[in-house]
Amino acid sequence: MKPGFIMLVHEALHRAGQVARYWASAGFPVVIHVDRRVPKARMAALQKRLTGLDNVRFCRRHACEWGTWSLVAAMQSAAETLLKEFPEASHVVATSGSCLPLRPADELAAYLADRPGTDFIESVTTADVAWTVGGIDYERFVLYFPFSWRRQRRLFDFAVALQRRLSIRRRLPPRLVPHLGSQWWCLTRETLTRILQDPDRRRHEAYFRYVWIPDESYFQSLVRLHSDRIDSRSLTLSKFDFQGKPHVFYDDHLQLLRRSDCFLARKIWPEAERLYGHFLSRERALQPRAEPNPARIDRLFARATEQRTRGRPGLYSQSRYPLPGRENGKTAGPYSVFEGFSALFEGFETWLGRHLGSRVHGHLFAPQRVEFAGGDKVYHGALSDSAALRDYDADRFLTNLIWATRGERQCFQFGPRDNQAPAWMMATDANAQISVISGAWAVALWRSRRDFAELRRDAASLQRIETEHLEILRSPWAKARVRIWTLAEFMENPMENLQGILEEIDPQRPRRPTEAPRMVQLDGFAQFLQKLRNEGMQPTLTGDFPAEPGPFPETAAPTRPRLVR
Amino acid sequence: MKLWKQYRLRMRRKRLQLRAWRKGLQLRRVEDRTAAIRHGDVLLFCTLRNERVRLPYFLQYYRKLGIRHFLFVDNASDDGSREYLAGQPDASVWTTPASYKRSRYGVDWLNHLQRRHGHGHWCLVADVDEFLVYPFCDTRPIRALTDWLDASAIKSFGAMLIDMYPRGRIDAEPYCEGQDPLEIACWFDSGNYVFKRNREYGNLWIQGGPRARVFFPENPGRAPALNKIPLVRWDRRFVYASSTHMLLPRGLNRVYDEWGGEKTSGCLLHAKFLHSFAQKSEEELRRREHYAGGREYEVYAERLREDPELWCRWSEKYINWRQLEILGLMSKGNWA
Repeated sequence: MKPGFIMLVHEALHRAGQVARYWASAGFPVVIHVDRRVPKARMAALQKRLTGLDNVRFCRRHACEWGTWSLVAAMQSAAETLLKEFPEASHVVATSGSCLPLRPADELAAYLADRPGTDFIESVTTADVAWTVGGIDYERFVLYFPFSWRRQRRLFDFAVALQRRLSIRRRLPPRLVPHLGSQWWCLTRETLTRILQDPDRRRHEAYFRYVWIPDESYFQSLVRLHSDRIDSRSLTLSKFDFQGKPHVFYDDHLQLLRRSDCFLARKIWPEAERLYGHFLSRERALQPRAEPNPARIDRLFARATEQRTRGRPGLYSQSRYPLPGRENGKTAGPYSVFEGFSALFEGFETWLGRHLGSRVHGHLFAPQRVEFAGGDKVYHGALSDSAALRDYDADRFLTNLIWATRGERQCFQFGPRDNQAPAWMMATDANAQISVISGAWAVALWRSRRDFAELRRDAASLQRIETEHLEILRSPWAKARVRIWTLAEFMENPMENLQGILEEIDPQRPRRPTEAPRMVQLDGFAQFLQKLRNEGMQPTLTGDFPAEPGPFPETAAPTRPRLVR
Repeated sequence: MKLWKQYRLRMRRKRLQLRAWRKGLQLRRVEDRTAAIRHGDVLLFCTLRNERVRLPYFLQYYRKLGIRHFLFVDNASDDGSREYLAGQPDASVWTTPASYKRSRYGVDWLNHLQRRHGHGHWCLVADVDEFLVYPFCDTRPIRALTDWLDASAIKSFGAMLIDMYPRGRIDAEPYCEGQDPLEIACWFDSGNYVFKRNREYGNLWIQGGPRARVFFPENPGRAPALNKIPLVRWDRRFVYASSTHMLLPRGLNRVYDEWGGEKTSGCLLHAKFLHSFAQKSEEELRRREHYAGGREYEVYAERLREDPELWCRWSEKYINWRQLEILGLMSKGNWA
């Protein structure tokens, strides 16, 4: 078994020459097709580079353009030359000037000898491929494509639109079932001869001449008519990105390529000195007969495409600034917002922090300064506690904080006294867990024991702000996990309600808090609410607080409540 | 409306081109080696004034990245910068005593030179204290990046400015010629940047970092812009509209993705805050040749006299580009 190589070259001729010499001097025939547009001087330089090798030929030159028939014509010419000039060649491997052999040709020959009569060509029907670009998959076989996609884009698009409009459907040649696949195939001499000497070749050519990207379908379709055994995969490692352009390999891919055990890889950056130096060196020991395994490279490129198309959720950066609704996750991770809890419980932050084993912030959006956990002046990501800096872009402040503390759940307090700017952002963020005790601010007001007229004014304004906020939380666009209790509702069963929130934060730890947070004494609070009512300010958000001090079992106890269960 | 807007931007571009030509007349040639520029070379354009100490490392850094030719505008240096640069085999130098401010902080001069020498080349515009970092810059030369951008039909490459600073007083450790300034100023702010879309030009306006945190905590709107598009496949129709923050035609400013994905980007590490900075900002304050009458320098000078420290507990120590990419400051995009 002795495979021969055909090579399509249009740039970086010195690299192509290097690879051709590598194969030829190992005794394998090479036929090079040089693009007709390559200037004479460079062509001559390549020929000079390959003098003294009697198993290298140059075939008839075509001017090649991506996506057109010319590439198939070039391959046909090269293949015909190879079959004619080198009768010893048992297989033909289609390569390009930017292909690099990752394993010596002897190993390839041995691999092919183990699988006699097998054609390695990726060949799948259009229904089964997801990688076609431009939305044109089956249509590439039933419309006419006389224009270049690269140079005559407008004409191209116009022609496609027109034909769709006129419902033009080309008739396929009989027996032909369109298949697609990588153009870097390896066919046996027999199959290729049958394809090239097909009595219907003229008709097929006439058909494929106006198919779009025929180099991905001509051999792939015809092989189905002429081959006895097809292994539908390419021996050349070649990956395409989401725009349909090939991924390029650089020096830093060396180990990855080495371990892939593939026979050939494309496309190699012409200046990748280390890759060429390593893979074309003679001293490389023969590897055991390993199967090609490009899974790791697949993963690498799949991740890259993912990063380009979907990005990292919650990241806002110079590379990624999504339009509203296109964020794919407004923030980088889940976080909890507590509204009203710190007014009702003394030392709530400390208690929650102890229970969750993490740091809990105060009011991050407080008007004077950012109340980071522990009163820090700077926090993760070098976020400053300056209120002006934060309010300059409050949404970004929050997303920055969540991004900078990835892996550590953030909990913070929020309330009607705070900057309300990030409210919409939080409400529409699926990562937010927002728990509200509405009207709890009234407790703080009442405890401040300031002048009543002032309190009344404050109460009215806070109530208005919180009402608006609750509307946001209840809007149909809200995606956050929202819990809203009125103060009165919450008081009916405070620990049970808290427990629900905590379980959601950390379902892995069903342990109940051994110690309840200390609730402020509410004796006289009902009278305060009544007084507000009497002054004409109806506190609607606190819920129906009994006018007389009611029996609150857990708060009424003068000592710290303990939960026993 | 849209047509009118397009027309206005077009007129603005033409005006800037004319202006660049006019300001270009101020340039006097010191050493012109541009004949040595070969097809496909990546060029670097830079304006400077009295930066002699920083030059050797600057040249070394960018030569290593694969910059093939440097084009300098020297704004009346008197410390030997000009003579030093003129002696470099891969540099062309122009000089002018004219006003830096009135050439829009050097942009007009460089626009002019880029139009004359940058057409068809990838052009990088960087100050002497800015060091470009891009994905895989430790293993792939800049040609690998530009070839890839070419293949992807991308014409401009964004790299935001990351202010670097030392730990402790910024004047504690003196910088010596030839030294890597990032050895001293190796700390940066990792996650306090804010972004705004500029509707007119289509670019992102980025602010934040240590300068916003320390110098403008009460007045963040005045913090300097950090968005930059320093690497462009230049065409003589292009023009930088405001520093390297934005270009015209404005399609070049779209270096970010709006549909949730990430476009490939880099960072310009800004080693401005070295021991020479305090002295420099006092000097710039006197010259009043900087943006908004050097208002920025006024704040710096004042603040630095009190407490010249930018470092904080959450400052991040620079390691390599991968760290910046993990932190989200830059992105590989789909370049793997």
